[in-house]
Amino acid sequence: MPPVFSRFKHRREVASDQADRLPPGQYLANGFPVLSAGPTPHTPLSEWTFSIEQGGKTLKSWTWDEFQALPAETVTQDIHCVTRWSKLDTEWRGVAVDTLLGAVEHDAGYAMAFCDGGYTTNVPVEDLTDGKAWVAFEYDGEPLDPEHGGPARLLVPHLYFWKSAKWVRGLRLMDEDEPGFWETYGYHIYGDPWQEQRYSGD
Amino acid sequence: MEPLDGNAVAGELAEVFGTEMTTFTAICGSCGQTGPLAEVSVYPAQMGIVIRCQSCTALLAVITRIRDISCVDLMGLAALEPA
Amino acid sequence: MAGTAVQRRLTWTVATVTGDVRETPSVRTLQLDVPGWAGHRAGQHLDVRLTAEDGYSAERSYSIATAGGEPVAITVERLDDGEVSPFLTDDLQVGEEIEIRGPVGGYFVWEKSSGGPLLLIAGGSGIVPLRAILRERARSGSDAPVRVLYSARTLPDVIYRTELDGYAADGVEINYTLTRHQPPGWTGFTRRVDAALLGEIAWPADGNPLAFVCGPTSFVETASQALVALGYTPGRVKTERFGGIGGA
Repeated sequence: MPPVFSRFKHRREVASDQADRLPPGQYLANGFPVLSAGPTPHTPLSEWTFSIEQGGKTLKSWTWDEFQALPAETVTQDIHCVTRWSKLDTEWRGVAVDTLLGAVEHDAGYAMAFCDGGYTTNVPVEDLTDGKAWVAFEYDGEPLDPEHGGPARLLVPHLYFWKSAKWVRGLRLMDEDEPGFWETYGYHIYGDPWQEQRYSGD
Repeated sequence: MEPLDGNAVAGELAEVFGTEMTTFTAICGSCGQTGPLAEVSVYPAQMGIVIRCQSCTALLAVITRIRDISCVDLMGLAALEPA
Repeated sequence: MAGTAVQRRLTWTVATVTGDVRETPSVRTLQLDVPGWAGHRAGQHLDVRLTAEDGYSAERSYSIATAGGEPVAITVERLDDGEVSPFLTDDLQVGEEIEIRGPVGGYFVWEKSSGGPLLLIAGGSGIVPLRAILRERARSGSDAPVRVLYSARTLPDVIYRTELDGYAADGVEINYTLTRHQPPGWTGFTRRVDAALLGEIAWPADGNPLAFVCGPTSFVETASQALVALGYTPGRVKTERFGGIGGA
C-alpha cells in the first residue's frame, strides 16, 4: 500500500457544475499539457498538403491555400487525454472532416490518420463524420502553435485525445480497422473516454 | 519540445529489462549513431517511452507498461548490447 | 561470499523522510531512510512517486546529493509551475513517507577509479549529482584535479555554496557564473556558459580529462558540443539532461 497524501492534489478543483462533464478517472488540466513522441515538424505551408488516400492511390489532395478556401467552422469542445487530464470549453477552428470526405467517393469503414513525423492513429469513418471531427488550424482564436500540432491537427473530441493527431497530413481509408501507433503498443483500438477505454481489452 | 536523454528513463528501463540499461551501447539502424543508451533522445510522450536517435531523430524504440505488462519494440535499433 | 549483496529487482519501495535542509528559499534537501538500501554511487538518481487520495499519481526523478556510503538524500528545486516539486519543498514533513525507486544510473557516475582530471559543469540544479561526485572524491581520498563551472541565475540561487567554496582548500577550482544578477563587487563570470567561457575554464584536452555536464537540455547540448570542439573525447563527456518531466 503506497503512502497516500490528501495534501498532494491536482491544482485545479472541479466546480460542481463541471463534474459531470469529466469522464471517469479524469481531472481538470492546468494549462494545456504538451505530449510528444518526436521533434516538432516544421513543414512550410508552401509544401503542406492534406490527402485522402485509398488502396495506395491519392483520391484527393488539397494544398494549404485550397484547404483554407474550404468552409471552416469554429467549435467549442471538451477534450480528454488518456493520461487523465481534460480541458473543457476549448475553442478550435477547422474544416469538418465531413467536408473533406465529402469530396471523394468511397465506402471505407475505417481511416488511418497519418502525420508529419510518422505518427498514425486509426478512427472509424463514422467517428469522423456527422459533425464529430475536424482538421483544425486555429486554437483559442490564434493559428495553431506547432507545439500543439500546427499548422493543422485532427480533432476528434469524443475519443481520447491521442486520436486527435498532431501535424496531420491525411487520411488513408481502409476496409478493416488497423491499429495506429499507440494502439499497436497496448492502447485501446477505439478509445471512448466515457467507457474509459484506455487500454486494449478495456 | 526539447527531449531529455536516456538517463531520464533509467528507472523505467531497469524495471522493464531487469537490469541497468543506460550503459548499454545503442546503434541507430538508420544512421549508425553509436553510443550509450543514456545519450539517446527521450521524448515526453507520457503514454510510453519513445526513444529516438539523438543524431537523426529516427524512432529507435517504444516501450509501454500497461497494467504491469511491458511492451517493448526495438524497431529502430540495429543493436543494443552491454557496454 | 563476503560483501555480495543480493541484486533485488528494482521496483518501488517506501522511504521515510528523516531530515531536511533548506538549501535556498526554493531548494530543499530531503534525507531518506530506505529499508534494504544497498548503497549508491555518486551521480546516480532515484525516482519519486507521489499518490493523492483519489489515486492520482505523479513521478519525477531527482539526483542523489550524497556520496556512496553516505545516507541517501535528494535535493529538490521548487519549480513555480511544477506539480511535484512544490509538494516536496514546501509540504512534505519529516517523518512522512514517499515511494522511491532506485538508485538508478550506471552511466553518469564517478568513483575514485574513474580518475581525472575532472571537469564538472552544472546548470542550475544540475549541481546536485556533481556535488555527490565532489563528496565521493573527498570521501575516497582521490587526488584527481577538479575544475567546476556552475551556472546560476543569482548568488542566492547557488546551492551548497559554503560546501563548494570549502573544496577550494582541497585543490578544487570552483567557478561560478551568475547570469541574471550579481552582487556588488562581483569579479566572477556573468555570462551564459558557451564555447568561449569553456575555452577559458576547461582542462586542456591533451590531459584526457573526464567531464560531467548536467542541467537543462539546451545548456547540456551547448556545453558538451563545445567540449568536443575543444578536443575532448566524446566518450569522456558524460551528460545528464534535466527538464520539466524530470524536475518539476
